[in-house]
Amino acid sequence: MTRTAAAVAVFLLLAVASLFAGVSDLTPGAVLAGDPAAINLLLTSRAPRTIAVVLAGGSVAIAGLIMQMLARNRFAEPSTSGTVDAASLGMLCATLLLPDMPVIVKMMVAAAFALAGAGLFMGVLARIPLSSPLVTPLVGLMLGNVIGAATSFIAYRYDLLQSLAAWSNGDFSTILRGRYELLWVAFALAALAWFTADRLTVAGLGRDFSVNLGLNYRRVLLFGLSIVAMVTAMVVTTVGMIPFLGLAAPNLASMALGDNMRRAIPLTALLGAGLALACDLLGRLVNYPFEIPIGTMMGVIGSVLFLYLLLGKRFRAG
Amino acid sequence: MIEIRDVRKSYGDATVVQGVNLTLPRGGVTAIIGPNGAGKSTLLTMIGRLLPMTSGQILVDGMDVTHAASNALARRLSILRQDNHIAARLTVRDLVAFGRYPHSHGRLTREDGVHVARALEFLGLTHLANRFLDELSGGQRQRAHVAMVVCQDTDYILLDEPLNNLDMKHAVGMMQLMRRMADDLGKTIVVVLHDINFASCYADHIVAMRDGRVIRKGAPAAIMTADAMRAIYDIDMHIEEIGGDRIGVFYRQPARD
Amino acid sequence: MPADLTASPGSGRSGGLILLALLVIALFACTAFMTVGVTGGWAFVLQLRAVKLAALLLVGCAIALATVLFQTVSGNRILTPSIMGFDALYILIQTSAVFAIGASGLNLVDKRLLFLGQAALMTAFAALLYRWLFTGAVRSLHLLLLAGVVLGMLFRSVSNILQRMIDPNEFVVLQDRFFASFNTVDTTLLGIAAVIIALAAIAIWRMRATLDVLGLGRDAAIALGVPYKRTTMTVLLLVAALTSTSTALVGPVAFFGLLVANMAYALIPSHRHALTLPAAALIAVICLVGGQTVLERVFAFNTALAIIVEFLGGIVFLFMLVRGAVR
Repeated sequence: MTRTAAAVAVFLLLAVASLFAGVSDLTPGAVLAGDPAAINLLLTSRAPRTIAVVLAGGSVAIAGLIMQMLARNRFAEPSTSGTVDAASLGMLCATLLLPDMPVIVKMMVAAAFALAGAGLFMGVLARIPLSSPLVTPLVGLMLGNVIGAATSFIAYRYDLLQSLAAWSNGDFSTILRGRYELLWVAFALAALAWFTADRLTVAGLGRDFSVNLGLNYRRVLLFGLSIVAMVTAMVVTTVGMIPFLGLAAPNLASMALGDNMRRAIPLTALLGAGLALACDLLGRLVNYPFEIPIGTMMGVIGSVLFLYLLLGKRFRAG
Repeated sequence: MIEIRDVRKSYGDATVVQGVNLTLPRGGVTAIIGPNGAGKSTLLTMIGRLLPMTSGQILVDGMDVTHAASNALARRLSILRQDNHIAARLTVRDLVAFGRYPHSHGRLTREDGVHVARALEFLGLTHLANRFLDELSGGQRQRAHVAMVVCQDTDYILLDEPLNNLDMKHAVGMMQLMRRMADDLGKTIVVVLHDINFASCYADHIVAMRDGRVIRKGAPAAIMTADAMRAIYDIDMHIEEIGGDRIGVFYRQPARD
Repeated sequence: MPADLTASPGSGRSGGLILLALLVIALFACTAFMTVGVTGGWAFVLQLRAVKLAALLLVGCAIALATVLFQTVSGNRILTPSIMGFDALYILIQTSAVFAIGASGLNLVDKRLLFLGQAALMTAFAALLYRWLFTGAVRSLHLLLLAGVVLGMLFRSVSNILQRMIDPNEFVVLQDRFFASFNTVDTTLLGIAAVIIALAAIAIWRMRATLDVLGLGRDAAIALGVPYKRTTMTVLLLVAALTSTSTALVGPVAFFGLLVANMAYALIPSHRHALTLPAAALIAVICLVGGQTVLERVFAFNTALAIIVEFLGGIVFLFMLVRGAVR
């Protein structure tokens, strides 16, 4: 329990730090003193950014956890299963074909693509002999690469490489009030997973196992993948890809708590949000006053953690 | 002559071969037997310098396998391990011709061609020479690998469990082949075997290992006793002489508690 | 044809015929590249295209040789230097150099000298890193593959951070000057790249029979008297040098080698490197030069080749993975 308390404390500290870090000066003192400029800055820029980071981090982490349960593989997550790349392809298609539609429509298109991508991934997995748990992320990463190459080709053809860059690398620097609220929905969806955790756990044990227990395997699978797809699409449309976050948080959580999903969900969300805050903050401080996007920071931290999981003694699974 | 002097192999805390001292004579077939995990294959692969030893020394005709030039050793000693998966698509002739590499380094001379043909003939593979390895049955593929070793034309041939995955007919064929290599070609064969009765019928010498040590050695008649078998395998074996060979029967064991 | 080891009757001859056919197609592709759609000043256009053609030829050879060698040493047909992050490592070293010395300092240094320094550093690093991966605790091929892919992502992300730490405005300038891509081939390095690739090719050609033996796997190679450690190290060094050279010329190309090497294995009915190496190089040249001709002159796409190669190569990789080429 003390470990959880420590995690919460670190998380709160990071959140406060995130509120008060930035180019223009904002001090807690000024806010408490009721300085209108300071409060305005806090409400329109800093608070939205911090909330967005927390929501995105938490929901991506839960999406990763769900993906890991369903694919029965601790290395699966939206960015290692073709889901993120499919969402990005969907965004591109929506931008090309429905340029005048509101963001929410484009997001739905992206979500549909993401679901198709995740479904394709699960379909490929079902068809190949899984001689090793490491094949799963390999297939996912390469599927992502192929979808990514197709996306870049289309973007290149229609001169949209610039816009593609906007959602392929996660970045919170443009978050303002009114630009991030979709993430609340993402977080709500992820929270929904908490209520169905038991079913997802059973579905994760495989089709035969689920049918034996009288569970409608296909329906649960579709439900789980839909949540992953919606969360992914919302995060990709509002802030862009955050690689490996959905891999890192659940694995750290399971190191602390073991594999029971219902217990793991809150801690996973907390760790995801904390990691996202830390990366975002680090990205703002390392090259002050310029920012390094969270997608890039997470690429470094996430791949180091991934390597640790692969080569470290604890998980010598291969 | 192969001299093994105080050879040890350990992985971390686990010692697989503990201080083996052994001299294997030149000529004939020597079978290394013992239960699982006795260190048989480990010892054989160390003789064949595929695995470095933790301490000790192995001399093949006076050449230290750790320090001698690998190429010079390859003209004296050949080793074939259990699984021989090859990524490239090779014909039988291609594979057998690799046996000439230590001698000609990639340029096939007329003499090399004769060796290849003779090895194919010896193993009865001439009609399959141009077939690809992946088109062959398990037994044929095994023979192709042995043909490469024959073609390498070394005095010593080490074989690690060559009967694995062979049915009875092919297993007998493989053992007869070892005999012919020893008798007709004058080779020294060292082979790791699991089937005690094959060792009894075909080997000239038997070396028995257990827990990383050599615990018995001698002619088959001396090893094939109920006493020795209990010491080696920890089971009761009924030894019967059938047609001049000593055969161990062990399929029914008294119930133990 | 010299009487190389392991020549089976027939396979050598038909392999030779296939090589000849590939050579003819490659020459045809080069001629088309040089002549299709020339309008106006021939002398000027030909000179411009000749430089570009030379770059494509060098890159094709370097990637094809590096991939086939790497696959022989690692004993599989799905790992390639770029999938294992070799070219990402080169970009990282290059970025670190730019970061450490700074743009103004770099302008004083001769570009060729800089390239040699980076290539040497890369070769040393790659040799250490992959020696560790190949001989260390990493036994399973899947683990090696996944670790390589993730290492590549790590190298790319670190380069990305460093690139952003360099003044963003300055970086745009640097990017044009120091980071090559398929359509901005770095021509100042052509001469030195040609020398490196030629030397490597000669060394590889002299090793060809030994490479055939290495293809049988570690145990068989040692049993046949190949000094295994020394030979694999030499091969890895050659791979690192070739990969640095091709990356310096055109930037990273992840799946091209995989595509080319596997096409060569499929076309050539022999395991002999005397045949597969030239075949892979010729196929690489055909794909690069032919592809560039078709895309540039027929469809007027300029930067698409790398993307198309990535797409096709990725599908081949997935296909091989699904078919169980990895064991």
